[in-house]
Amino acid sequence: MTVVELDPSGPSWSASSDVPRPITVRRGFGDRVFRGLAVAAGATTFVVMGLIGLFLAVESWEALQVAGAGFFTDSAWLPTDDPPVFGIAALLYWTVVIAVIALVLAVPVAIGTALFINEYSPRWLRGSLTGLVDLLAAVPSLVYGMWGFYFLQPRLIGLSSWMADHLAFVPVFEVRTDKFASSAFVAGVVVSLMVVPIVTSVVREVFSQAPQGEKEAALALGGSRWGMIRTVVVPFGRGGIVGGSMLGLGRALGETIAVALIISPVFEISPRILEQGANSIAAHIALRFGEASGVALSALVAAGLALFVVTLVVNSLSTIIVARSRSGQGIEL
Amino acid sequence: MTVVDVRDHDAPTVATGAPAVVERIRPRALRPLDVGLFAGSVVAGGALAWLVFFRLTPMGGGLGFVLGWWVASLFVYRTVVHRHLGRQAATDRVMAVVVGSAAVGLFVPLVLILFFVLQKGITALNWGFFTETLEFTGPLSPADEGGALHAIVGTLQQVGIAVVCSVPLGIMTAVYLNEVRGRLRRPLRAVVEAMSGVPSIVAGLFVYAMIVANSGSIPVIGTVVSWLPFSGRFSGVAAGLALSVLMLPTVTRTAEEMLRLVPGGLREASLALGAPEWRTALRVVLPTARIGLVTAVILGVARAIGETAPLLLTAFGSASLETNPLEEQSSLPLFVYQQIRSPEQAQIDRAWTGALVLILMVLILFSLARFFGARSKVARR
Repeated sequence: MTVVELDPSGPSWSASSDVPRPITVRRGFGDRVFRGLAVAAGATTFVVMGLIGLFLAVESWEALQVAGAGFFTDSAWLPTDDPPVFGIAALLYWTVVIAVIALVLAVPVAIGTALFINEYSPRWLRGSLTGLVDLLAAVPSLVYGMWGFYFLQPRLIGLSSWMADHLAFVPVFEVRTDKFASSAFVAGVVVSLMVVPIVTSVVREVFSQAPQGEKEAALALGGSRWGMIRTVVVPFGRGGIVGGSMLGLGRALGETIAVALIISPVFEISPRILEQGANSIAAHIALRFGEASGVALSALVAAGLALFVVTLVVNSLSTIIVARSRSGQGIEL
Repeated sequence: MTVVDVRDHDAPTVATGAPAVVERIRPRALRPLDVGLFAGSVVAGGALAWLVFFRLTPMGGGLGFVLGWWVASLFVYRTVVHRHLGRQAATDRVMAVVVGSAAVGLFVPLVLILFFVLQKGITALNWGFFTETLEFTGPLSPADEGGALHAIVGTLQQVGIAVVCSVPLGIMTAVYLNEVRGRLRRPLRAVVEAMSGVPSIVAGLFVYAMIVANSGSIPVIGTVVSWLPFSGRFSGVAAGLALSVLMLPTVTRTAEEMLRLVPGGLREASLALGAPEWRTALRVVLPTARIGLVTAVILGVARAIGETAPLLLTAFGSASLETNPLEEQSSLPLFVYQQIRSPEQAQIDRAWTGALVLILMVLILFSLARFFGARSKVARR
């Protein structure tokens, strides 16, 4: 029972004193238990996040001591050699390359889809389209990987070789073998499919908060639909586009099974994304975990810690950016 | 939505011969000319792409041709509309096509995936898939032998454990965020947000390090964990815990959104009648949002059921039926992953069937979530 009562030691009522009476809240037993449970549940989330960082740090300590600074600069992964040599340079590089390819493909599609759902599609279709986007997000990563390997890859190889033939003056499209399968490009295309739904839902939400009055004003001034989008919706949602893309980046960096199914692992840094061979931290952990023990296992945990830190930073930045763009900045009505 | 027609704004229409008759502008009316222009452009673009990809620079492949067709059609369409209706209309029309094709480009893969998995998975689908295990099935057995009963049982148990762990926690956290509104509200929301971005493999590594390996390198926690009946080995429970780490933020966020939809007047009415906070939350707020909460749980399950990476590090897999989740277990994603990576065609066929069952489970869960979600919207009004 919540009881609001007068503080007995407080000032007594008189016409002269305008001091507000101090209010104290005395909660009943049930309420205190209820609040305690809710706080405990909330605290669990903090504790779990803390434990993730703590356990990864402690378990990777052994490997980090063995590798020293080389953990960030070496590209080879030979933790069972004597002396052991391993580092995440190449892994991190390829992780970022795959994520960037995925984003370059996913962001325009996501923006287009968000605009289509919000501005072009008839109202009755909107709910179903949003549901389909959510469904794309719910398709397991494993299924994307299998589909990418068996269906998409044979059809992408033609495009890869065409780009290598005709666009080789751009360094990233150069190839030095005639093997185009299992490349960073194929992995990036598959990951882009998984990233699109997340980016779309963030961008769509921010776009839908564009002020209706300004949109109608743009149309009333004789602007075309695209003119209205270009001058009102997109500038308003710029923060959402950046934040949503970074959220997608966080997902793309952590993508495991689909990448593991498609790539054939390499441990050297090369700018040639079309030819066979790529890698990623998450896929590397999944592929090597079964055979690892001792320092090798600790090294995998250390790689996982690096991935955890990177995704945490990227996601936190994206959350901040999206939250800013939602706070109503830039609305002048 | 107000839609303004741009067709006739800054350029004269084609038929400017006869004066006086002002054509009425009907927004969204589709005129034969529009359809003709668009269809003509697509045909012309196709011809252009054919020339480029099959005559000038051969060996482009089917996908390259489709992309080239799209670009060429857009180019032709822009030129033609520009000539007829002017620059502004041309930009507007072209961007409408671009935006529309982005949406199509997103949904085409979904349809392709569903059909491909169906086509591949149906070959090895038989009743035995749901009643047998891989205990007596070798790599060379035909695809219609053996099944995934052990994997399905494992998945159900592990997801069940994840639900039991994460749903009460998630809903209570949502209650804290939206009903109690304590001091930790903002940092907690940020942490939930950050937790939803934890890569699944990292969640697996965490549970592996804390429970499966339990090397005791952290003094107090290590000792406490070693008292648990499932510490120190691979087990279904460990897999369930890894999944619950992934489910918790999904459940919390969705549940919080659902609680936010409960009208404040209901809370105030309850409090004004003298009900304490806990009674208000338990008897008024949560029951009002119950359908939304079911949606939250289903969405969390849909995310957890297809996760493979954390299971590799926690459940480890097994070929026989293991109904005790304290032991090493298989699960459907793990089953599919292990079968698809093998060289034998029969095993790959079995993997596709597993993928089909998995995707059907996701689809069913998803339809349920949509169904309940739609009902919760009705309840709000």
